[in-house]
Amino acid sequence: MSARRIVNILNKPRKTLIAYLCVGDPHPSETLALAKAAIAGGADILELGVPFSDPSADGKAIVRASERALAHGTNVDTALGIAKQLRSESAVPIVIFGYYNPLLVYGEERFVKNANDAGVDAILCVDLPFDEPANLRESAREAGISMVPLVAPTTTDARLDALKRHAESQLVDFVYYVSVAGVTGAASIDAVAASARARQVLKILDIPTVVGFGVDSAEKARAAANGVSGVVVGSALVTAIEGAPDAKARILAAEKLVSSLRHGLDA
Amino acid sequence: MQPHASRVLEVDSPGYFGRFGGRFVAETLIAPLDELVLAMVNIVDTHAFQAEWRSLLLHYVGRPTPLTETARLAKAIDPSGKSLSRLFLKREDLCHTGAHKINNALGQVLLATKMGKTRIVAETGAGQHGVATATACAMLGLPCIVYMGEEDVGRQAPNVGRMKLLGAEVRSVTAGSRTLKDAMNEAIRDWVSNVATTHYCIGSAAGPHPYPELVARFQSVIGDEAKLQSETQLGNLPDALIACVGGGSNAIGLFRTFLSYESIAIFGVEASGQGIETNHHAATLTKGRIGVLHGSKSYVLCDEQGQITEAHSISAGLDYPGVGPEHAALKESKRVTYLSTTDDEALAAVSQAARSEGIILALETAHAFARIGDVARSCASERGRAVNVLVSCSGRGDKDLTTLLSRLLP
Repeated sequence: MSARRIVNILNKPRKTLIAYLCVGDPHPSETLALAKAAIAGGADILELGVPFSDPSADGKAIVRASERALAHGTNVDTALGIAKQLRSESAVPIVIFGYYNPLLVYGEERFVKNANDAGVDAILCVDLPFDEPANLRESAREAGISMVPLVAPTTTDARLDALKRHAESQLVDFVYYVSVAGVTGAASIDAVAASARARQVLKILDIPTVVGFGVDSAEKARAAANGVSGVVVGSALVTAIEGAPDAKARILAAEKLVSSLRHGLDA
Repeated sequence: MQPHASRVLEVDSPGYFGRFGGRFVAETLIAPLDELVLAMVNIVDTHAFQAEWRSLLLHYVGRPTPLTETARLAKAIDPSGKSLSRLFLKREDLCHTGAHKINNALGQVLLATKMGKTRIVAETGAGQHGVATATACAMLGLPCIVYMGEEDVGRQAPNVGRMKLLGAEVRSVTAGSRTLKDAMNEAIRDWVSNVATTHYCIGSAAGPHPYPELVARFQSVIGDEAKLQSETQLGNLPDALIACVGGGSNAIGLFRTFLSYESIAIFGVEASGQGIETNHHAATLTKGRIGVLHGSKSYVLCDEQGQITEAHSISAGLDYPGVGPEHAALKESKRVTYLSTTDDEALAAVSQAARSEGIILALETAHAFARIGDVARSCASERGRAVNVLVSCSGRGDKDLTTLLSRLLP
């Protein structure tokens, strides 16, 4: 059932905007309000990031956010708790984003069960390539939770073929095309080139595709989403939150940033 | 004799040692890892590459390193001679740059030139791998960037100076615990952002497949030489091997050659820091849990939430909360026994080796030496005779002088 929510969103005529938040940044008590601000700003799907001590795929903004979140003891259960609260108030699709070790140590089956109970729709595990053996994937399939595979500029067509075969035996509502060979928050992405490759990926896989990494403005969002389902905003949102002086300002900054990308996509 | 099962990569799961290893990395790195796997077959395994690398080891590194028999140290450790018969040291401390790290650094940097890479990044803790990589880059003509935790930059100042003299750029890492694991994160971030031009030269038998295999192959020169030297000088193979284990590269380099000889008892020694019962240790195999760090599944030091915890050891080279996946498999199969040594025991071992043999050990290396007596006693009691022990003397102590002077000659 849960997967319906994502498919329904992706089937809408408007471009999909996915907003990433680092759970617990700057404090776990603010995450729910920030999530609602992102929704108010026009986010269609929320990615709730579980902070990790060693986020080697992330750039400086999310590294700092993770350190702030971990300083307040944010963990997998914090993220699932936020998901559950959000689900009780909203039908917005929720993706849990994280690194593998916290999920592995939490217990993969236990994590999937609790995520399912919390109303989570999908899992994106950034350091778990689609062909690496893991119980997480099997548990997710059984629970009807979608796995979100990443595709990078370095991913070959041969590997895309392998991913396509893999996706036939796994619930995959959408794939995440990484706009640039680099870490999250890359300063200068070529959004036009990224969307061109993303369209090829979409054509090969025939699975809805979104573009993320370095999407930090209305113009880039619009260019990156050209011909694909939508975009993900992460580091830019985290940076906007970081730059605001207090909780109230953070909520306004989050809504404003998401809203500006929304307008870029809808223009 | 058949090689031990756990050292063989499982065919249906590439890159695994038993259930450990794999490639737990961001998707962008899969293609360069595939490229490296191919390069191992198409370049490293060729006669031409082996000849060029071995020529560098011979004429530049100073290999083969000696196998030194140390009668006075043996006597100091076991005065009765009832458990320890003969003691041999494989002298990696005599390699150019002062440790075994150069074997792998030269191999990888040479490989990078053959792969058309024009830039090298590396991580370093104690600075030995950083110095080795900077050296290899200087002599092969490639720019070198070394990431080092801010904490380590402070406590390993002489090696920072050496890397700079060698023309490398040392980038201080201020994220996380500001030590080796954070330097490795930053090196991975650099690599993922520059995959087309850059080779990431990992210094330990850790990281995603094929690094643990690649590093082990370059370091196996240690064991291969030690076996031949042992046959000549001892007339036989030793009864027991001992090496220190941080990530585990000198240990796997010594062990691999001997794994298939089941009569040889093999011991890895981790750092138990201020004590295995405290939270201040780096005994990943002894006290850690199964997890994923820096691209492979192995044992890691982490809390109940899966957050990686800080390791502690007086030796910066062992101060790492992970360990190579092959060691995890060797622990699980019980082919290798993993012991641990505290900071104080390591210091005492440095003092003992210096005074009885005139060899100043690196603090890492001293962790292995501190367990010679225990290993000899347990092997001798099993076999009913005094045993011959071979220890990896993985590095020299020049870099540790500040610590050694303040702790041993206060």
